[in-house]
Amino acid sequence: MTKITNEELLGSIKAKFGDEVITSVTEPFGLLTIESSRENIIDLLTFLKTDAKLQFIFLTDITAIHYPEAEKQIGVIYHLHSLVNNVRIRIKVFVADGDVKMPTATVLWDGANWMERETYDFYGVVFEGHPDLRRILNVDDMTVFPMRKEFPLEDPNRVDKKDYFFGR
Amino acid sequence: MSDIQIVEAPPGVEGAGFFATSLDKAIGLARSYSLWPLPFATSCCGIEFMATMASTYDLARFGAERMSFSPRQADLLMVMGTISKKMGPVLRQVYIQMAEPRWVLAMGACASSGGIFDTYSVLQGIDEIIPVDVYIPGCPPRPEGVIDGFMQIQKLVQTESLRRRSSPEYQKLLASYGIL
Repeated sequence: MTKITNEELLGSIKAKFGDEVITSVTEPFGLLTIESSRENIIDLLTFLKTDAKLQFIFLTDITAIHYPEAEKQIGVIYHLHSLVNNVRIRIKVFVADGDVKMPTATVLWDGANWMERETYDFYGVVFEGHPDLRRILNVDDMTVFPMRKEFPLEDPNRVDKKDYFFGR
Repeated sequence: MSDIQIVEAPPGVEGAGFFATSLDKAIGLARSYSLWPLPFATSCCGIEFMATMASTYDLARFGAERMSFSPRQADLLMVMGTISKKMGPVLRQVYIQMAEPRWVLAMGACASSGGIFDTYSVLQGIDEIIPVDVYIPGCPPRPEGVIDGFMQIQKLVQTESLRRRSSPEYQKLLASYGIL
């Protein structure tokens, strides 16, 4: 049983920042999902973490998503968990292609270090202020960001799936 | 009467108190029944290989009792399982550290061609980075397949010329992989 409802949670964010920080609110499967902007994200995260009532002290994950058809293609997604209140929140920030930068969350959580490195590795999101932003899972000399849609998932060196082996 | 079978002598000239054969064949015979494999097992093929090593299939019957977990004492590199691109340099380093003569066996679809992992992070066959002598098909191959592949290696060892490793063709092969 959660000790804070999504309405109370949203209410405390709006009481602190007003309406302009949050651009969109949805609740898929009961998970409060809000959209914010690059300018406000660190303030928002700081508030959620340090507020005496909310106490979102646990950063579950940072990841990203790519919508090639959208105006702002790359979305960075933060999952927070308030262990005290047993409630979760998801925050999305969308940025335009060619300007894929975000302020780092390592100032709040040391655990954000590897999460941001992974997000950089797969989506090319540059986290400004990150102490050691380099690839973490893929080979160091990889030149692409493989989870972006413009890069093919398959390996170009594969030979046994060429069409001429199948009469195509 | 023991039913233990001893390997046939290589073809040669036999007479009263002497037996003559070529050095190639004698050494090939000795090598092929005392191969020390280095198991480089990364996934499910490694489990099949463990079954091959265990009592039912018993790879020790073929003189491969002694697994070498150091590349420096190994004769045969058995690569079993998916090799990701990040693992590639490790495998290559292991191969380079092995002393000549050395043989490589690629077991299963992943080690041979990438298998189902046609993706940016997986090496599409270990022959992209090191030369391979025998490929075992299967996903994963049964222990019988591993034994057959191992016997193919033994045949290669028995018939290999003593001078092959210093031949220009072999040097060219290694150079094509960037290994000296």
